[in-house]
Amino acid sequence: MATPGPHDRTTSTSPTRRSVLRAAAIGAGAVTLPSVLAACASGSGAGGAGGKTVTLGSNWSDPVPKKGIATAIADFQTSSGYTVKTNTVDHNSFQQNINRYLQGNPDDVFGWFAGYRMQYFAQKGLLGDISDVWSGFTGMSDAIKAQSTGLDGKQYFVPLYYYPWAVFYRKSVFAQHGYQLPTTWDQYISLAKQMQKDGLVPISFSDKDGWPAMGTFDYINMRLNGYDFHKSLMGGHEDWSDPKVKKVFDTWRELLPYYQQGALGLTWQESAQALQQKKTGMMTLGMFLGQQFGTDVSDLDFFAYPAIDPANGQDAVEAPIDGFLLSRKAKNVTAAKKLLGFLGTAKAENDYLSIDPTELGVNSSVVTTGYSPLQQSGAKLVSTAKSISQFMDRDCRPDFVSTVMIQALQTFLNNPSDVDGLCNSIQRQKTAIYATEG
Amino acid sequence: MTAGAPAAVAPAAAPEQGRRRPRAGRRRIRRLTTRDRLVITVLLGLPLLFTFVLVWATTLASIGLSFTNWDGIGSAKFIGIDNYKELFTNYPPFATAIWHNLLWLGFLALVATPLGLLFAVLLDRKVRFGRFYQSALYLPVVLSLAVIGFISQLIFARDDGILNTLLGATGQGQHPVDWIGDPHINIWVVLVMAGWRHAGYVMVLYLAGLKGVDPSLKEAAAIDGANARQTFFRVVFPVMRPVNIIVGVITVIEALRAFDIVYAINGGTNGLELLSVLITDNIIGEASRIGFGSAIAVVLLLISVGCIVAYCMTELREEKT
Repeated sequence: MATPGPHDRTTSTSPTRRSVLRAAAIGAGAVTLPSVLAACASGSGAGGAGGKTVTLGSNWSDPVPKKGIATAIADFQTSSGYTVKTNTVDHNSFQQNINRYLQGNPDDVFGWFAGYRMQYFAQKGLLGDISDVWSGFTGMSDAIKAQSTGLDGKQYFVPLYYYPWAVFYRKSVFAQHGYQLPTTWDQYISLAKQMQKDGLVPISFSDKDGWPAMGTFDYINMRLNGYDFHKSLMGGHEDWSDPKVKKVFDTWRELLPYYQQGALGLTWQESAQALQQKKTGMMTLGMFLGQQFGTDVSDLDFFAYPAIDPANGQDAVEAPIDGFLLSRKAKNVTAAKKLLGFLGTAKAENDYLSIDPTELGVNSSVVTTGYSPLQQSGAKLVSTAKSISQFMDRDCRPDFVSTVMIQALQTFLNNPSDVDGLCNSIQRQKTAIYATEG
Repeated sequence: MTAGAPAAVAPAAAPEQGRRRPRAGRRRIRRLTTRDRLVITVLLGLPLLFTFVLVWATTLASIGLSFTNWDGIGSAKFIGIDNYKELFTNYPPFATAIWHNLLWLGFLALVATPLGLLFAVLLDRKVRFGRFYQSALYLPVVLSLAVIGFISQLIFARDDGILNTLLGATGQGQHPVDWIGDPHINIWVVLVMAGWRHAGYVMVLYLAGLKGVDPSLKEAAAIDGANARQTFFRVVFPVMRPVNIIVGVITVIEALRAFDIVYAINGGTNGLELLSVLITDNIIGEASRIGFGSAIAVVLLLISVGCIVAYCMTELREEKT
């Protein structure tokens, strides 16, 4: 725009000033409108039913889990007289937006994960303390309670279900070749060798998604160095260039010759299908693997991850827990706590599991008569476990896992020989990221 | 966005000139009715407001945040250039991402764009089934890059992809090429797919440009004894300068904003790192290394501004001479 002369400027002053004011008014309208709308929405939500309404942010967006949650909620509504407004958001979007969601206008109760992934938000002051709700719970084990507790010793999380990780296989394949279930690392390796001789690809493996490899890392680490070291390493208290960590990668390398080829180009679904099609012999994944088996799911079974160091045996089981949290900004805390109290009961879990049979209830009073054989052995595996871990991306800082570990594990799978360089690089990045805390 | 900004300002400037022109008769200005003024305000004010809020304010905010360690919760702490130090010395994917963005730019500029121009020239000659070729080549432009990402997986999947099946490389005991999973190969697969789309886009722009070239120029060149090649490079191509500028800018923008295709394939990891993906990984999602991610965004901004300014300056200088 050419600069007008002084003469011009005086003549055009009046429209300009007005226009500026108008523009400002319009601008202000545009900026404040959403917050006004939000205020209206929240106002009607909290006040509309006279304190009898509670909102639930649900990330159970797939049809089966969504229906499971709806069943449990319907049960709560009829038994308590409260109204629950459920806002279901796509699972991944919910995760992506969690920071803004919690700081903006969150629902009273929302779905989330146990472990550090919950403790992080508790530490940031975004969650409500529900220790009083927990004191009323029955049938929850100490391991489950520990996973629901924040770093400050208060409870924040109400668990609903979990799914154990193990080594899965097809019973018919093992029967056909007369394979024995391995309990030690040496047996595991020799079984893999035997499968190779029999023309099977021993182990289904995929890491295109970036997270499935974490399960194997966690297990080898816990078998070699123990559960306490796993917790401490995930908590950021250990050095990633420690020989103990390098040993994990060195041990893992022994498995690589038996892996499915092209793992980094495969999703977990594709490699689970290879197991289902009897092209491969075994696969380390969570119990949700059964989703890819269709009607063959009755032929699916698992064994606990083999022991490496006898001192640790097969003590620890990786069993990520999903459940609920109370947001600090909850508008109807009384009703929200009522809802959370209900969700921690065996009744709520039975409601959910009646719809989704690929998970296990956390409450010891859950009716297990309806469990499939797979669910029953899953429950047995976890109940006999000495410690329960979550998963690398749940036990550890999310920024570290998503920007360092996904890449690091893929680098290892591409170039398994340079463990020293890799571990040093992880440690350098870890130092930088953990330094930003607070 | 960079391309959108001048376009948004241009219509706004026009009414102002119209208002200023009747310099002699000052009274005419007062004839602007309230409605006119309202229209002018809206036409001028809204684009300016949006440009400021959506482009400049956010850009400045990103630059500011890149000097902090903000994690998206609570307050930000000023940490100087630590993020940049970290980025250049202690973040392995960063160098890879820069290299991939430059590779992307080089591939589009040196392979895909000339290919699009070639298609346009051939189609402009009224070949048989010209319409068919034109539609076939333009088709991928209609698809989003995310969809192209899915298509690439169907074609290039290692075990049941179309390509490996046609090559007869799948099956027991075979070692098919892992097009998507091998970090040394997958970037080229993605470039081919992105180039496939880009060539169609460029082709349409040049087809329009070629139609606009005055045929008498070609006739004059022919009379002067120029052969087809000379006519094209010495006469037709320089005449299409406005189209060349647009195509150049589009090529740079496409290369720098590349994101969806790699994100659809494997989330932009394992050989498919790009600056845009690193920004997303760090800022969006649970990671929330907003300060660090902003530093990557600033690097991308500098590269974009550098490319666009350099390109526009050369083009404009040529125009003047």
